[in-house]
Amino acid sequence: MDQIREKHFSNPRLHPSNLSQSQSQSNQWQRWAPLAGAGALAVLAATRKSKTGVALALTGGLLAHYFTNGAGTPAKFHAQASFALNTTPDKAYRMWRNFENLPLFMRHLESVTVKGDRRSQWTAIGPLGRQVTWEAEIVDEKNDEWIIWRSLPGSDLSNTGSVEFHTAPGGRGTIVTAVMDYEPPAGAIGRAFATMLGKNPQFALREDLRRFKALLEAGEIPTIEGQPHGPRSTLVKAIHAVYPEKRKPTESTAREFVAAERRA
Amino acid sequence: MKAICWMGVEKMKVEDVPEPRILNPRDAIIRITSTCICGSDLHLYDGYIPTMEQGDILGHEFMGEVVEVGPGISREKLKAGDRVVIPFTIACGHCFFCEQQLWSCCDNTNPNAWIAENFFGYSPSGLFGYSHMTGGYAGGQAQYARVPCADIGPLKIPEGLTDEQVVFLSDIFPTGYMAAENCNIRPGDTIAIWGCGPVGQFAIRSAIMLGAGRVIAIDNVPERLRMAEQGGAETINYDEVDNVVQLLKDLTGNRGPDSCMDAVGLEASGHTLPFIVDRVKQGMRLSTERPNVLRQAILACRKGGTLSIPGVYGGFADKIPLGSLMNKGLTVKTGQTHMMRYMKPLLERIQRGEIDPTFVISHRLPIDQGPEAYKIFRDKQDHCTKVVLKPWEDGARAA
Ligand SMILES: NC(=O)c1ccc[n+]([C@@H]2O[C@H](COP(=O)([O-])OP(=O)(O)OC[C@H]3O[C@@H](n4cnc5c(N)ncnc54)[C@H](O)[C@@H]3O)[C@@H](O)[C@H]2O)c1
Ligand SMILES: [Zn+2]
Ligand SMILES: [Zn+2]
Repeated sequence: MDQIREKHFSNPRLHPSNLSQSQSQSNQWQRWAPLAGAGALAVLAATRKSKTGVALALTGGLLAHYFTNGAGTPAKFHAQASFALNTTPDKAYRMWRNFENLPLFMRHLESVTVKGDRRSQWTAIGPLGRQVTWEAEIVDEKNDEWIIWRSLPGSDLSNTGSVEFHTAPGGRGTIVTAVMDYEPPAGAIGRAFATMLGKNPQFALREDLRRFKALLEAGEIPTIEGQPHGPRSTLVKAIHAVYPEKRKPTESTAREFVAAERRA
Repeated sequence: MKAICWMGVEKMKVEDVPEPRILNPRDAIIRITSTCICGSDLHLYDGYIPTMEQGDILGHEFMGEVVEVGPGISREKLKAGDRVVIPFTIACGHCFFCEQQLWSCCDNTNPNAWIAENFFGYSPSGLFGYSHMTGGYAGGQAQYARVPCADIGPLKIPEGLTDEQVVFLSDIFPTGYMAAENCNIRPGDTIAIWGCGPVGQFAIRSAIMLGAGRVIAIDNVPERLRMAEQGGAETINYDEVDNVVQLLKDLTGNRGPDSCMDAVGLEASGHTLPFIVDRVKQGMRLSTERPNVLRQAILACRKGGTLSIPGVYGGFADKIPLGSLMNKGLTVKTGQTHMMRYMKPLLERIQRGEIDPTFVISHRLPIDQGPEAYKIFRDKQDHCTKVVLKPWEDGARAA
């Protein structure tokens, strides 16, 4: 399944069967294709085994690791989603590359603080509204094309992510593909996390990308939160209590984002 | 403020609710001066559109004055004091679909797109007051409304035009017009239109504007049939004939109308056996639609003709004569109206005096009488053809 998706997500210009492009590009692609598609999975698989596993993976052995372990083996909390964006890859890349923008469209994140070119501090809202923080680093990236990051060893919620942007067929905008993998900690907290993430990580990621798309294209994320309504029935109230929409900092932050885009 | 809320099937109520406020940078707040009840609202009234929640504010045909504009909109686009008509579809203006003027297919205005995806595969645009599947946006049968993406939708109204002349640019005039355009009319064509409600009425007049040679309109409500005749159509009262399809064949020398339009939608009435089966299934919520008009339209249409479906459907329909559709090589055109394509050109037609949309209005009522007005409109009591509600008129005072 992942292999099939991988094939469809791949940038056709860079695909090995389409080698009309420059050699360097195709080399890059062959080297990183699995990473961009399902590489985070491999990284996660590696972290699980040992630290040397990570090192091996990150120094180029990843490809071998990835293929020998079988790309089809799903990790515990693996999600992959893809959206067509009506923008150019560089614009989409720029928006994502500033990790401080991520909480604008990723529901489970409260904040990300960039601490250097590659390091960042992440705060998520965990089970029962508890804050969980970790430090992440960018593992590798290619300007305007892809970014791969992971949490540093020892994090509460060990996780990896990758995102890829490529021009859609016929030049019709950009396809963004994101892959996320989480490894919750052991113990009660971990189990609570598992319940939270396990519900439908695929769904959560897809909705994150949908909001990313709206923010890029429309400059804002559609919402009805805070609009008036008449008296709700007990049933409707109960449903809203079970699925509370996290209050998003739409107004002020999205405004800043739009202003920044206009300046750029 | 006052707002008409959906409190359950056949239970609309005027409630006192908080005033809306700006939630997103491209929002505007409108003080509503006129608002209408649409045939689409009747599907909500009768409970055939899923994902309504008790307390939802209804209404998607409204206009008024801008009172507040979000920080994401420049003053040249929209400012407080502008008098505007609001289209019922909400469109971002920047996505793949908006760029192709497929406004009602906008990708970025439905906060519940995933629900619509479960029903439809992909999500259409957000709509005002039309269930949570299309966004759950509070509607405009109220004194104020929040309008998202207000730099794209609202149409500024020049001086010298009354509310009643322009308020139908919010939906039914563009809807009737797009439905006629979807008939692929060539000069002299014969067009059959099922449904002489407000949408059908504007479709009849638009078909003639677009060069139809003959329009045959079908309904069973005498005053609506009369109004259709005044608009230039020949009419069929389906209560008075056994077989509408056969009659259409006879009227067209066994060729059939070049285009057939279903301006009735999922609550079609009828007398036939398949209709009775539909009615029972829909009543038991085994099926969402009663598609007997759609069936007739498919069967009646000439070979190689076009089917235009402005009538709203929400789910799955049974016993659609696909064999007829396929073997006759019909073209099907449908959709929620791509409003922003039509509002400006149709405003110009109104200004040039080519059409006076006020002909369709039968009732002007204060908003407090909204709940009764739903019933009057649905049951076609009191020769009701279209209701315009006044949100600021005192209910007690008005007749
Ligand atoms: N596509 C869009 O964007 C859009 C916009 C507005 C309305 N609509 C839809 O258009 C349809 C009509 O809207 P309206 O405001 O005119 O509603 P309406 O309820 O006033 O009109 C429907 C008419 O159809 C007639 N009818 C019922 N059964 C019939 C049958 N078997 N044969 C012939 N006529 C029959 C009724 O007597 C009535 O006059 C509704 O389904 C509405 O939801 C679609
Ligand atoms: Zn309507
Ligand atoms: Zn759009």
